Amino acid sequence: MALKPEELLATIDYLNPPKTGWMETPNDFSPGRWPYPAKPDLHRAMGFKHAHEWKADEKDWHLPENWKQIISEGFKARLDKYRSFKVFMDVCVRCGACADKCHFYIGGGDPKNMPVLRAELMRSVYRADFTTAGKILGKLNGARVMEEDVLKEWFLYFYQCTECRRCSLFCPYGIDTAEITMMARELLHEVGLGINWIMEPVFNCNRTGNHLGIQPHAFKEIVEFMCDDIEEYTGVRINPPLNEPGHEVLFITPSGDAFADPGIYTFMGYLILFEAIGLDYTLSTYASEGGNFGLFTGADTMQKLNAKMYSEAKRLGAKWILGGECGHMWRVINQYMDTMNGYIQEGSNLTTPRNPITGTVFHNAKQTKMVHITEFTADLIKHGKLDLSPERNNHLRVTYHDSCNPARGMGLLEEPRYVIKNVCNNYFEMPPQTTREQTFCCGAGSGLNTEEIMEIRLRGGLPRGNALKYVQDKHDVNMMACICALDRATLIPVADFWAPGVQITGVHEMVANALNLKGQKKREVNLRGEELEEV
Amino acid sequence: MNAFYGLFIVCALALAALVGVGGGGMTGLFAVAIPYAAVAIFVVGFALKVMCWAKSPVPFRIPTTGGQQKSLDWIPYARYDNPVNSRDTVVRMILEVLTFRSLFRNTTAVLGKTPDGKPQVGYFSEKWLWLAAILFHYSFLLIVIRHMRFFTEPVPLPIQWLDWADSILQIYSPTLYQTNLLFLAGLGWLLARRLLYPQIRYISNAADYFALFLIIGIALSGIYMRYVAKVDIVSIKQFTMSLVMFSPVVPKEIAPSFFVHLFLVCVLLAYFPFSKLMHLGGVFLSPTRNLPNDSRIHHHENPWNPKIKPHSYEAYEDDFREAMVEAGLPVVKQLEEEA
Repeated sequence: MALKPEELLATIDYLNPPKTGWMETPNDFSPGRWPYPAKPDLHRAMGFKHAHEWKADEKDWHLPENWKQIISEGFKARLDKYRSFKVFMDVCVRCGACADKCHFYIGGGDPKNMPVLRAELMRSVYRADFTTAGKILGKLNGARVMEEDVLKEWFLYFYQCTECRRCSLFCPYGIDTAEITMMARELLHEVGLGINWIMEPVFNCNRTGNHLGIQPHAFKEIVEFMCDDIEEYTGVRINPPLNEPGHEVLFITPSGDAFADPGIYTFMGYLILFEAIGLDYTLSTYASEGGNFGLFTGADTMQKLNAKMYSEAKRLGAKWILGGECGHMWRVINQYMDTMNGYIQEGSNLTTPRNPITGTVFHNAKQTKMVHITEFTADLIKHGKLDLSPERNNHLRVTYHDSCNPARGMGLLEEPRYVIKNVCNNYFEMPPQTTREQTFCCGAGSGLNTEEIMEIRLRGGLPRGNALKYVQDKHDVNMMACICALDRATLIPVADFWAPGVQITGVHEMVANALNLKGQKKREVNLRGEELEEV
Repeated sequence: MNAFYGLFIVCALALAALVGVGGGGMTGLFAVAIPYAAVAIFVVGFALKVMCWAKSPVPFRIPTTGGQQKSLDWIPYARYDNPVNSRDTVVRMILEVLTFRSLFRNTTAVLGKTPDGKPQVGYFSEKWLWLAAILFHYSFLLIVIRHMRFFTEPVPLPIQWLDWADSILQIYSPTLYQTNLLFLAGLGWLLARRLLYPQIRYISNAADYFALFLIIGIALSGIYMRYVAKVDIVSIKQFTMSLVMFSPVVPKEIAPSFFVHLFLVCVLLAYFPFSKLMHLGGVFLSPTRNLPNDSRIHHHENPWNPKIKPHSYEAYEDDFREAMVEAGLPVVKQLEEEA
């Protein structure tokens, strides 16, 4: 990233939009403005037609000859399948309430990043193709004919939306740009346009069970490495079951936590927690992915990847599923999973989840049979089932970042906070306009956490980064907790850029650092291997 | 430019009515044919649009959750921002439709500096849009209800009360309706913000200005009739009642300004079903607001669920069996079985 924070800020100008109207403003495909295209073989392997080589900065995108027809028919099909899409195409009054709610607009000032204009990129085509007024009045009524530049514009701006739904909270009609972005991305995939940062994880997840492409034996090795570290730090040896039938609980977490710092510390945290309470559970290598990049590709792909969770729970005879810390994973579980794949539950042992340690029945998961780890841990703490020494986290001054999806697609707000406040003694909230249901995106959700668009990500990260800076200056915050594996990767550059000195952690890393295990040795280091002050 | 287009079209329409009725001798067209046609287009068009929306299914429950979910018993949850049952969802919808609750949340983002000169993004409450929207919509509603005195005989008591209440200040002659002022104030701000704020000006197209100018035109022509031209109300009522009775008679005493007013109203009615004004119907059908957040609790049926199968465990094991056995992971089919 060449720009310094002050220089980046100086480029933002809300009050002077381009001189040309938005329909006349040309697309800017300079380097760093677009994610790399999906490799054709991966695109093809996932069942998408018209896979081909193309590059966004070349004039010819090698679209299939009948691409206009494909888009138009696909558009019509989706209007008939989704009432949301149809209503959202019709009812916007362009009041502009959504405009400055988007992190990409706040951090960039490009008017096409106002949710209203992002949606107009599609609505304009909708009006020309499907409405009487648009056909007659044309541009006067905001209609325009589909052309190659319009399609390119879709690619440019629907990959500058992280489907965070913040705009939808403020819209008087609840218009949800995420819904529109999903439709646009589905249509783009139909003419062979996808991005590799999404397609490769999708392909991996399908074959190896997780986005990162970790094969079963390697997954086992990773878990063993973590257990080695846990043994070194705590003196307790854990041997988590893998792919074993007959356990009560199947635990599924995003594979990002199996891979890199600081996610692995969160994974270690889960293992320590389960050991401490003696949970009867198994991990699975086949269903080793909580996240679902299918959500960022299309409904069919999302369903295909998600179906592994119920399939594996059924195969292993689990009674319920416990899910780890992940953002978009929980949008899928809360709003799509049972609707899409609930039928797979038939003939399984799945039943309304009950915490075997506290006896609490999770009525809120009666249908999905899937519980969020912070719901589970909050319940354990409330019932006094965890032996906690929060003072081991005393060196941390913690704030909490609500991930978009659990906040606005679920409402998981208090559970993580309750857990954090019980495992560490210094907790500070960021300003209320930036948290809970009004939370801001990390700037790289929905499959945009790729390096080549780092400037866009950091711009999108401005609102979060600036709120973090605020509590860093005011309360000496040095740690931002989150419940999302993507956040644990994406917030690091955001914090380094906007609030250097703040580190990122998962909630269960802090839980495990505070949690006492039976038979543990003196805890002298935390899960990162850093020495703890005498407490 | 877009604003100019909108204004121009509305002026042209008003002029068309004046000329048509004044010198053009098309009173029958403007007084009878167009009003009936406009009402028919409005009713049929509105119904068709809503039916068109309703025809598409709601495959998933995708409410935007605006507060704490219902999970553990001891965590209080945001009943109306994150409802899990129909009753609370109805309350959420009522609050949305009647009080514009989402718009009430509105903030404005400002790039500023802290007192010690550090850059800071600030978020300030911004209620003007909400206030203008409330003033405009409620005044419009009351004005429409008040106008029912022209279409009923005898005028029902509630409408008489409303008329009395709306002119309770008893100033000017004929007495001034407060809703007229509030209506214009609301409309004025909705228009001014489109013209003043560069961001809003950038997103506004001709249709946005057209709707505003059209409604402003209706308001101004109405106000002109009542307070300036002081048109003959008795003959107008005679005419409107004749329309209601489906035996239209157009008294000669009716001033041309009335027909401008009437024609603009007709344009609004006929334009309504084809425009963004359909948000009146659409707001009730928005799946991010009118559904409970309960897909984890109850099964929701997607009528077109494609039931796409996952890459199966068997295929996965076939792919990796050797490595799995070597790593000591349990397998369903042993290596020798495979061979």
